[in-house]
Amino acid sequence: MSEAYFPVGPGLGLEESFLSLDDILMSQEKLPVRAETSLPRLGFVLGQGTGTGDAMTEGSKLEIPLWLAKGLHDSKRRIISVELPKIYKGAWRTVLSADANVVDLHKMGPYYYGFGSQLLNFDNPENPEIAQTILQTFISRFRHVMDSSQNAYNEDTSALVARLDELERALFQAGQKGLNDFQSWEKGQASQITASSLVQNYGKRKFTEVDG
Amino acid sequence: MAGERAVGLVRELHRATGGNLPPFRTEELRQALEEMRALYEQNQADVSEAKSGRTDLIFLIRFRHCCLLRNQRCILAYLYDRLLRIRALRWEYGSVLPNAIQFHMSAEEVEWFNRYKKSLATYMKSVGGEEGLDLTQDIKPPKSLYIEVRCLRDYGEFEIDDGTTILLKKNSQHFLPRWKCEQLIRQGVLEHILS
Repeated sequence: MSEAYFPVGPGLGLEESFLSLDDILMSQEKLPVRAETSLPRLGFVLGQGTGTGDAMTEGSKLEIPLWLAKGLHDSKRRIISVELPKIYKGAWRTVLSADANVVDLHKMGPYYYGFGSQLLNFDNPENPEIAQTILQTFISRFRHVMDSSQNAYNEDTSALVARLDELERALFQAGQKGLNDFQSWEKGQASQITASSLVQNYGKRKFTEVDG
Repeated sequence: MAGERAVGLVRELHRATGGNLPPFRTEELRQALEEMRALYEQNQADVSEAKSGRTDLIFLIRFRHCCLLRNQRCILAYLYDRLLRIRALRWEYGSVLPNAIQFHMSAEEVEWFNRYKKSLATYMKSVGGEEGLDLTQDIKPPKSLYIEVRCLRDYGEFEIDDGTTILLKKNSQHFLPRWKCEQLIRQGVLEHILS
């Protein structure tokens, strides 16, 4: 991993981080909304209509990306009203409170925590429960993430990270880095100057051009 | 779907892990900016119509505005993240970038890199007394003045401080001063051997 590259991290809580690549990809995820007024030509514009003159009538349901939902939403609900994706609804909340460790959070939308935090921006009467569920899910899964990241040394971790969402994966990687750094310190390799990882990717091509 | 190209740029950059710098996508960037221009012009036209009474257009104007903001955000994040990666190159690789990396940078980015180098050099000269202080050296605390290195590829002749030249051929081993080799090790020419 490059040690001098510090990307902009995702935002915490209700605010997104404007320049964070993670937050941009997270806000690209779709959520279901209900049209509150007749929306001329929206169907075509979103690629869900049948023709240029297609208007989405009041009450019809669509799936739009989060960034668009945030932009079109206002508290008086004149244009759209936001509904919850199923992973944040009552049924799934019960599953998560029963045992959060068995759920494949990567499949249920890879940005469970980030997207869930953003959902709290829309005034939904279930917000307190959603917030509680997200928090409790994180608490119950964190132990497992930390444990596995600190004990998987030099092995294939794809099975361990397969069911983690993006936030958990970042934590896992941080744990792995700590573990690897410690192990290399123990072996006395901490003072060894190493080639920059950036070089290892470009260097091969460059030096073959010179030699050849 | 509006904003797809801009998000595509972000996605590709996000996939390049480890601080790698993928090639600069001039064409996709131009298309995204073109999309923004088209949206803006459509909105300009619709706003004057909406002002004279067609309130049903207000939603469409707002939608296009959201798309414009989205494109703006994606493009800005793309350019900024690339600069962060280029900055990391100065610290990890050195002040002369190999051609392979330079091909991946746009002209403006090369310009930015040169200006950053200069800023850094000015700063390093101003710190640490008369000769300045090279902050890009000794990233890891050194244990000794001289280190054992093995050459990984043919590099050619290399002069050290007391005037003697050393021929760096593949697989030759040398015992050299740390400060002379550090950059070559980071560039992958030499390999630091621990005894």
